[in-house]
Amino acid sequence: MTIDWAHFTPLSALAGGALIGLAAALLILGIGRVLGAAGIVGGALEVQGADAPWRWSLIVGLVLSPLVARLLWSVAPPVFVAPWPALVASGLLVGFGARLGSGCTSGHGVCGLARLSPRSLVATGIFMAAAFVAVFFTHHVFG
Amino acid sequence: MKRNIFALGAGLIFGLGLCLSGMYEPAKVIGFLDLDGAWDPSLAFVMGGAIVVALPAFFVARRRAAAWIGGAIDLPRAQAIDAPLVVGSAVFGIGWGLGGVCPAPGVADLGFLNPGAAIFVVSMAAGMLIFRAAADRRLPGLKLLAQDA
Repeated sequence: MTIDWAHFTPLSALAGGALIGLAAALLILGIGRVLGAAGIVGGALEVQGADAPWRWSLIVGLVLSPLVARLLWSVAPPVFVAPWPALVASGLLVGFGARLGSGCTSGHGVCGLARLSPRSLVATGIFMAAAFVAVFFTHHVFG
Repeated sequence: MKRNIFALGAGLIFGLGLCLSGMYEPAKVIGFLDLDGAWDPSLAFVMGGAIVVALPAFFVARRRAAAWIGGAIDLPRAQAIDAPLVVGSAVFGIGWGLGGVCPAPGVADLGFLNPGAAIFVVSMAAGMLIFRAAADRRLPGLKLLAQDA
C-alpha cells in the first residue's frame, strides 16, 4: 500500500473535520443533543413530538450547506459512482444497520469517540472493518 | 425556536465541514476505504479534526447541569457491547462500503440536486423504517432488534 498523494488533502480534511466537531459541540452544549446523523434522520422519520422540529431543522441545514459552500469557494458536485441498484442496497443497509447499531459515522465515529465511549469505539472498529471488506469485494473481487 | 436555530446552524456547519473536507464526495470516501493500491488517508484526518474539537465540548457537557438554551443535556447512557451494536455496525459498514455514502453526506448531497443522493436517501429512510417496524413488531428471528439503543 502506498499513500495516494494526488488525492490526499490533509489540511482541508483537518479543517473540515474541525467544522464537524464544532457542529457537534454547538449541538451538545447549545441544545443538549448528540450530533448523530442516523439518529437525527431516523428520529425525524419516526417521532412526532418535541424532538421532531429540531431534527428537521438540522436536516434542512445539511441540505442547504452545499449552496452556502458554493458561495464561499468552488465545490465540485459529487459523483455517485455506484450504479443505482447498488445505491438502493447501500441505502437500505446503511439505514437499517445504523439504527440497529445505534449510530453511524458521526454518532459513533465522531461524537462517540469524542465521549471516549468504549461502545462507540467497538462500533467504529466494526463498521470500518466491514466497509474495508465491502470495498475490497466490490472493487477488486467483483469489480 | 432557539432549539431549531441551533440545530439549523449545526446542520449547516456540519455540511460545510463535509464539503470542505471532501467527505461529501463518495469517490473520496472510497479512496479511504480501498486499502489496495494508492490509499487516501484524508477521512482519518477528518475524524481526527472533528474529535479534537468535540472532545472538550463533551467533557464540559458531562459536567453541566443544563444546555445553553435550558433543558437537560441528553448524553447516551447505553454501555453494553451487545449483539445489536455489533451486527448493526457490521451491516452499516457493508452498506457504507457499497456506496461510499453514510447518512450525513447522503443528506447534504441532496443540496447538489444529485439523483444518486436522492436514491440513497430514500433507500436509507426505507431501511430505517423497516428497522423500526421490525423492532416494534418483534418479528420472528429479529428479536434482537427489539432491544433499544
